[in-house]
Amino acid sequence: MSSLVVQAQHEAALTPLGAEMVGALGVEAQVAFGELTLVAPRERIVEVMTALRDQFGFQQLLDVCGVDYPDREERFEVVYHLLSLTRNARVRVKVATDEVQPVPTVVEVYPSANWFERETFDMYGVLFSGHPDMRRLLTDYGFEGHPLRKDFPMTGYVEVRYDEEQRRVVYEPVKLTQEFRTFDFLSPWEGAEYPAPVLPGDEKAGGNV
Amino acid sequence: MADGAHTPASLGGTDVFDDVVDTRTAHAREMEDRKFTINFGPQHPAAHGVLRLVLELDGEIVERVDPHIGLLHRGTEKLMEARTYLQNVPYLDRLDYVAPMNQEHAFCLAIEKLLGIEVPYRAQLIRVLYSEIGRIGNHLLNATMQAMDVGALTPPLWGHEEREKLMVFYERACGARLHANYFRPGGVHQDLPMDLVDDIGRWCHEFPKALADIESLVTENRIFKQRNVDIGIVSKEDALAWGFTGVMLRGSDIAWDLRKSQPYECYAELDFDIAVGKNGDCWDRYLVRVEEMKQSVRIMEQCIHKLRNCPGEPVMIEDNKIVPPRRGEMKRSMESLIHHFKLYTEGFKTPEGEVYASVEAPKGEFGIYLVSDGTNKPYRVKISAPGFRHLAQMDPINRGHQLADVSAILGSLDIVFGEVDR
Repeated sequence: MSSLVVQAQHEAALTPLGAEMVGALGVEAQVAFGELTLVAPRERIVEVMTALRDQFGFQQLLDVCGVDYPDREERFEVVYHLLSLTRNARVRVKVATDEVQPVPTVVEVYPSANWFERETFDMYGVLFSGHPDMRRLLTDYGFEGHPLRKDFPMTGYVEVRYDEEQRRVVYEPVKLTQEFRTFDFLSPWEGAEYPAPVLPGDEKAGGNV
Repeated sequence: MADGAHTPASLGGTDVFDDVVDTRTAHAREMEDRKFTINFGPQHPAAHGVLRLVLELDGEIVERVDPHIGLLHRGTEKLMEARTYLQNVPYLDRLDYVAPMNQEHAFCLAIEKLLGIEVPYRAQLIRVLYSEIGRIGNHLLNATMQAMDVGALTPPLWGHEEREKLMVFYERACGARLHANYFRPGGVHQDLPMDLVDDIGRWCHEFPKALADIESLVTENRIFKQRNVDIGIVSKEDALAWGFTGVMLRGSDIAWDLRKSQPYECYAELDFDIAVGKNGDCWDRYLVRVEEMKQSVRIMEQCIHKLRNCPGEPVMIEDNKIVPPRRGEMKRSMESLIHHFKLYTEGFKTPEGEVYASVEAPKGEFGIYLVSDGTNKPYRVKISAPGFRHLAQMDPINRGHQLADVSAILGSLDIVFGEVDR
């Protein structure tokens, strides 16, 4: 069976489920690409997750991650991916937050959230209130900053090497032998954009083309 | 000496500290001395890579395990945000480097879901064939390494001998033994030569014998059973609550396999069984892995049969806005040359949106959460690795076990640090 047909079937099954969740939980629901997404208010995330586990049978929390949208007023999205083995369905729950507003932890509902929330805190600096063990997880001991934020440079700020003389590992500011190159691929065939009349000789052509 | 604090300390005496009253019994004092903290890894052969465990022990009993991970953290997700979709595929090989193609598979599925494209049938067969090769290779390594974690040396050597043959199949398909970069969005990079398909078929015929040899060495071995039976039991409820997937879930008697329940590619038309354990201990997980290898051979044989029936059919979609043209065409046609140049510099763009695609990787459910902003690079990629979810529960699984059981349990979790640390 074609994967597109399967996707259409999922959408047909998930739309009523989403509508049911909207009624029961007071969240926003949307179905796209054969997947159901709920948007929940931050304060009610524990309540929503408990209801999804107990009423809707989503037994497993398989992932929690952050996404950074610097343009938004609340720049971070925390995204939870749930799986139901009995319904054979998945649902994604999203909440919005910023650098200072903590998201209530869901460790009490899904124990697997423990490390996921630690990772999200490490990578984005999203705070989780009530988390039993809020330490950094993946970055170095004593690391500063939150590397997956869009304003954190890909090269980072410090690099480490082993120093023969001091006989220990030393931290130094990053030195790049070549500047990091980013290309604008979004308009490669358009050419450069010049401010209105600049090219000599073009002044007379304006408006008569 | 309750009033010791008020009387001046007698000169030259030894009772200066007598005001500190130790009310503990001699037994309790001795028990307190038994508690200590040790550091396990990151340089330890049983740590399966660079895992640092801080173990709090009471004598030989583990009271708390605190895994410190991130020693192999390379910032894959950050790097992927700065590269085009095609440039990102090789990063997926470097996650679980024991079964690289299974990771590529999830990423390709996510992109294909965004683009709304369907992979040709022959490409699906090749993908399934190589996913199962990856699964056998992974289980061969893990099941025999689990034996090594409890003291055996021969099984991993025998396992590596078979694994080596699988690596050669990888190499003959894509040129690389490990970092394949073979599954591409829209299909697989190249068709398999027919003699390679024949050789894989021959291997499928010979492998059950080799597996039986390894099994005769390990499965009923007295020491192996003493070290693994009833060790690290994971109950059904815990396996669900802890977010376990793959063998960790099936070992606890939950028959859940994405290849059956949410079939992708052509798994729906292939005939195979799901192996489940009964007790959820380390030995059951080993048995599930062994049985999965046998089932994978069944799947591979069916794929080979079907591949022989469709020689020469396309292994990539034909849309040159997504898939680069063949090299021969590129040398002849101007149109193809332009497509080739555009795809290898700018890459293709995906529609705006977010998708989650997952595969049943050898270690469990490997998921990719992909957010696209409509450009040629992913806005955000979250790699949801099974090893990460399993390692996170080291503490509750290990509590109350002996120190020596830590390495047995760790071996049965099937951890590879490429995917845990990302």
